[in-house]
Amino acid sequence: MVQYSDTHFNASFAALSDVTRRGVLEQLARGDASITELADKFGMTLTGMKKHVGILEDAGLVATEKIGRVRTCRLGACRLEEEAMWIEKYRQLWAARFDELDKVIEEMKRKEKADGRRKRK
Amino acid sequence: MDAGRESEAAPVKERTTAERKSDRELVVTRIFNAPARIVFEAWTKPELFKRWWVPKSIGLNLLSCEMDVRVEGKYRLVFAADPEPVAFFGRYLEVIPDSRLSWTNEESPDGNITTVTFEEIRGKTRVVVCDLYPSKEALDNAIASDSTGAFPEQFEQLDELLAAPINF
Repeated sequence: MVQYSDTHFNASFAALSDVTRRGVLEQLARGDASITELADKFGMTLTGMKKHVGILEDAGLVATEKIGRVRTCRLGACRLEEEAMWIEKYRQLWAARFDELDKVIEEMKRKEKADGRRKRK
Repeated sequence: MDAGRESEAAPVKERTTAERKSDRELVVTRIFNAPARIVFEAWTKPELFKRWWVPKSIGLNLLSCEMDVRVEGKYRLVFAADPEPVAFFGRYLEVIPDSRLSWTNEESPDGNITTVTFEEIRGKTRVVVCDLYPSKEALDNAIASDSTGAFPEQFEQLDELLAAPINF
């Protein structure tokens, strides 16, 4: 397990240590792209870009899928982790709101009870 | 049964759940220990709404809150921000007392529609908030625009780390 994480960490670290590969990740965060599109965008050869994408893929940062003659790249598992983290943040915002709402509701209930008693008198 | 009475005496904090229900949809649920009419009132009266919508923990300052809660009525929330205040606004699409509320979020072109349902079960109310985006891309972008914001900073830290001499 430890060994796996170390290997995984080293692969991610190596993958992220290159400015082009970081650019590719930022680009893919905006939307999926083919290797040809990425090569154009970063002004490099198809072979060069394939190599970069291969390193990102080995690190699990990018996933690719070949449809017909086009290989499409998207963010890998890290994207799902990011989404899960975002949803947890979103949940926490609502949970914080709802804890405040609980207080407002308890106050409304108390007030209603008091008003009810006053009316009955 | 005793347990029920006990929990009434000291209300237990209910759990808030959130999930991405589909490509375009986020859903949040929570139970409130009050009848639907009370919970609905807290969502529709601005003086009550503004007391809980912006929890202190998010560190935002609500400057104003206008809500005209009726079909096609408008709302506008203004927050203090630098360099100038930020407004969130839209209009109500559905207003069904004690049961359903729906509004648009028009501050962004790809804004979602928020629908809240109130379901009363034995004196408690189950609230379901659904944020429906116009497309999968719109929701993906909403998530990415927030989370990729952390990228440059992480990369900067990585650059510093890589630039530092390694001592074995």
